[in-house]
Amino acid sequence: MQPRSEQAAERILLVCAVLSSLITAAILVFMLIMGLPLLAGGRIFTLAISAWEPGRELFGIYPMLLGTLAVAPLALIIALPVSLGTAALIGVAQPRGAVLFVRRFVQLMTGIPTVVYGFVGVFLLVPLIRGMAGRGTGMCVLTAALLLALLVAPTMILFFGEAFQSVPRAYLLAVDAIGADRWQKFCHVILPNAWRGVLGGIVMATGRAFGDTMIALMVAGNAARVPQSVYDPVRTLTSHIALIKAADYNSLEFKSIFACGLALYLVASVLVVLIRRIGRHEAAR
Amino acid sequence: MRLFKLAIVFTLMLAVLLAAAGCPAPEEETSTPVTAAQDKPAPPAEVDDNVPAPKLVSEEAGEINISGGTAHIPVMEEAQKVFAVMYPNVKISIAGGGSGVGIKQVGEGLVQIGNSGRAPTEEEITTHGLVEFKWAIDGVAAVVHPDNPVSDLTKEQLIKVFAGEITNWSELGGADKGINVYTRDEESGTRKVFVELGLDDGSFVDTANVVVSNGAMKSAIAQDPDGIGYVSVGHIDETVKGLALDGVAPSLENVKSGAFGISRGLYSLTKGEPEGIVKAFLDFLYTDEGKQIITDKGFIPAG
Repeated sequence: MQPRSEQAAERILLVCAVLSSLITAAILVFMLIMGLPLLAGGRIFTLAISAWEPGRELFGIYPMLLGTLAVAPLALIIALPVSLGTAALIGVAQPRGAVLFVRRFVQLMTGIPTVVYGFVGVFLLVPLIRGMAGRGTGMCVLTAALLLALLVAPTMILFFGEAFQSVPRAYLLAVDAIGADRWQKFCHVILPNAWRGVLGGIVMATGRAFGDTMIALMVAGNAARVPQSVYDPVRTLTSHIALIKAADYNSLEFKSIFACGLALYLVASVLVVLIRRIGRHEAAR
Repeated sequence: MRLFKLAIVFTLMLAVLLAAAGCPAPEEETSTPVTAAQDKPAPPAEVDDNVPAPKLVSEEAGEINISGGTAHIPVMEEAQKVFAVMYPNVKISIAGGGSGVGIKQVGEGLVQIGNSGRAPTEEEITTHGLVEFKWAIDGVAAVVHPDNPVSDLTKEQLIKVFAGEITNWSELGGADKGINVYTRDEESGTRKVFVELGLDDGSFVDTANVVVSNGAMKSAIAQDPDGIGYVSVGHIDETVKGLALDGVAPSLENVKSGAFGISRGLYSLTKGEPEGIVKAFLDFLYTDEGKQIITDKGFIPAG
């Protein structure tokens, strides 16, 4: 028999859980309703493939869609190996000295607001990339991706680290006993056993990379044009929403914001589902 | 028992969340970080010791929310400091967002004063019943990095540079470097004025970088030796170099006399005739002290 306070607590937590999922669902419904005029006429597909030139009455979000698809995955690709390595160091090596310092530091990094990364990026990274590219402003796909990688890496490292540490100790002792080296231990025992946690970290990082606004807004240059190289300026879906927030409510410009929101929701959902799929497939093997 | 404590913490967090969701002016929240990043955050309402004590201290209390044009911000912040001495119980918050944001937010009653760096259109005035206060005249000038040898452009060159037809500084007498074009977002009044009077309704090259305030434009150009952009003349200082247009420097005198072609009014808008503290704040901009602030910040007082 549970004490009464425990029962009450459970109920309160249930209400909290239901409420927060309801709010998430309500946001989707709101976006669908606001975007309905676009969905109904099939105009959303036209928007998704045409250019953004308000002067010529073109309010497409194609450049922004590709912008997001260029910046966020690139950030994840940069951050993933770094995070795996750091997490392996923190999770597998003995927690003392430098390792302990790295872990504390990573924990601290998760709390840094993205606007700080953006601001520092404008003054430090942008001139560096400009020098490297030898052309352009230095505000480009690569700059934004590097900063985003810095933003999402701590999240992944903490998730991965937790997962690595949850691998049963008996397994580790067993591998040590049969004389495997550290690399073999990591690749053949720790990684396969921690697979779920690794996946969770990637899903979280994907969400952050796709959803972040400030970094891209501040360092990506915001040109509404499909980038041709990593040194070209780019506008993401999120910075597009931030940039045209003020247009008249009845204008097509404003409606295209909802197309952006929907596209963002869809892209992120599809990716998360895809990652989970791959994960299940791998786990089954 | 631990679970119980957890539940209490969760409930409190949710309560805070819901309270925040119920809060009006969500637009303002999205626009604040943008200005906070590039412009100085609004300083607390403190005044230097050397400001003479005003004769009258009003007990009136209240709140004035201001948003919109980013060219206005330096004047608004200084006026706020002095105003706070006369009205110690009035809380003033200043946000940016651009002229379009200012007009929209004041029209919807989200803020009491909306700033605009362009005259509101007839449609904007009639839909929302706006009243306009033009308190300064300002110019908009093309700016480059201080190290750039180019210091004068003809209007034709200016149009071609921003349209992407001239792409190298050597074509303008500068170094053999590519030109990086910067522009403002579509809410910007500065952009509208520059396009209309500076570029004769020309267009921007599609690779142009977009920044979101006069302050951000200044720091972008100050950072980029090959950049060109445009800012309010009041914002030009030693970090960026204002370009002369057809031989006329973007100085205050030339803007005032009309010799420098790209000039505009700085407006504050209210929904209906202002009353009480809002009226007092706007009236302050037309006093000698207010005009002095406007002059100090690099603009020409109007009216």
